[in-house]
Amino acid sequence: MKKQINLTVNGKAYSHEVEARLLLVHYLRDELRLTGTHVGCDTSSCGSCTILMDGLAVKCCTLLAVQADGANITTIEGLADNDSLHPLQEGFREEHGLQCGFCTPGMIMTAADLLSTNSDPSEQEIRHALEGNFCRCTGYHNIVKSIQYAANKINNKEVAS
Amino acid sequence: MIPAAFDYHKATSVAEAVGLLKEHGMDAKILAGGHSLIPAMKLRLNQPELLIDISGIADLKGIKDEGRKLVIGAACTHGAIASSAEVNKDAPILAITAKTIGDIQIRNKGTIGGSIAHADPAADWPAALIAADATIEVLGGGGSRTIAATDFFTGIYDTALEEDEVIIAIHVPKVSSTFTSAYAKFFQPASRFAIVGCAVVMEMKDNYCVSARVAFTGVSDMAFFDEKVSSALAGKSLNDETIAAAAAQAAQGVDTLGDHFASEEYREHLAKVYAERAIREAIA
Ligand SMILES: Cc1cc2nc3c(=O)[nH]c(=O)nc-3n(C[C@H](O)[C@H](O)[C@H](O)COP(=O)(O)OP(=O)(O)OC[C@H]3O[C@@H](n4cnc5c(N)ncnc54)[C@H](O)[C@@H]3O)c2cc1C
Ligand code: FES
Ligand code: FES
Repeated sequence: MKKQINLTVNGKAYSHEVEARLLLVHYLRDELRLTGTHVGCDTSSCGSCTILMDGLAVKCCTLLAVQADGANITTIEGLADNDSLHPLQEGFREEHGLQCGFCTPGMIMTAADLLSTNSDPSEQEIRHALEGNFCRCTGYHNIVKSIQYAANKINNKEVAS
Repeated sequence: MIPAAFDYHKATSVAEAVGLLKEHGMDAKILAGGHSLIPAMKLRLNQPELLIDISGIADLKGIKDEGRKLVIGAACTHGAIASSAEVNKDAPILAITAKTIGDIQIRNKGTIGGSIAHADPAADWPAALIAADATIEVLGGGGSRTIAATDFFTGIYDTALEEDEVIIAIHVPKVSSTFTSAYAKFFQPASRFAIVGCAVVMEMKDNYCVSARVAFTGVSDMAFFDEKVSSALAGKSLNDETIAAAAAQAAQGVDTLGDHFASEEYREHLAKVYAERAIREAIA
């Protein structure tokens, strides 16, 4: 049975009829063609499908599109301010926080949730926050540095050049 | 993985949800955060015909201070409980435990009501709620009732809930500053569920333990209150010897789980080790 959903994604309002069993990640990727949100494990383990739902990081491979009715969603595509990269995106570029890039959107969206409640996290807090995000390439070290870069930038502290 | 087809209804009140459960029986399931149910539906281990979403019911989402207890709505997320100032102050064992569940993303969606209704033998909430001496308020076709946390968990994925009952709230007695709490957990490294988790709430007077409530999850089919460890602590001055003696009593006489993560013998050993860690952490 189809259900009507109305939601905001990256600042734009959408309205669609969807099947109740449609997963949110498939709605975003297949219906809205926002393919920056990845599917790694499809079992809520790897974090590559992480998006912000009403400001909170969630794994949308384990949510139904109907659960997002009325929600305000941000995906990796909605993070930059037009042409200027979000400090996290800039940090991942500057600190080589990615290799293949598959995990990167999820890493960044999780880090965005962390920085929204704790703008100056310790290294330990950053590592703790990434418990639900797997990276098979980088060994995490540069990901942590990328997030530190973003935190420093947000706090107007000096960033390593 | 795609769930089998089902119908979806967003409930606006608990009474409506109960009515639908009554009408549809086994074919209907409550949906809270979906972080246990949706994975099971994707694997087609579960194929309900109707999902009744309770996440929009405002009454289920608050944390209320009712004088001598906190009343935590069933649809409160693990994350909201972990960061609640009231819970951190008045029922710290719940905040400490919430912070160990899954990861940020899971804590942002999974709810306390969903976790205890699901009753995974490796879930964290059951140990914390038993140690906190909480009670669970439910509403069903037969009206409302409360169930002590110690009586709520009855087996693997099994609880004292009737088919048409919805969990409304968890009532947690407040503790004063003379109480101390800790949760020690041996993490399953991938899922972060508890292979063994030990929750401890003790009332202390300097080194002297006035009373203690020790509970385990992960060790057995269901979480349980450990009478032996609790009474070995109460009325004692806590030192290396008394702590070790109490911890050595852990999980005696329970039917221990053995699986590919940990054998029965290993879990029995872990129960003692994690009891000692939790007690030491509580008084550190
Ligand atoms: C990757 C991952 C890691 C996890 N790690 C941990 C962990 O470390 N520790 C841990 O304890 N848990 C862990 N969990 C489980 C998580 O905490 C779940 O969120 C929780 O078990 C279920 O809550 P929910 O709100 O998502 O419930 P749902 O999935 O919506 O529902 C679960 C069950 O409870 C029923 N239900 C829900 N709410 C009610 C209610 N109010 N009244 C009656 N029945 C109800 C549903 O019908 C369903 O049968 C993990 C989950 C995932 C996906
Ligand atoms: S694809 Fe969602 S957590 Fe891996
Ligand atoms: S950069 Fe390849 S998985 Fe993280």
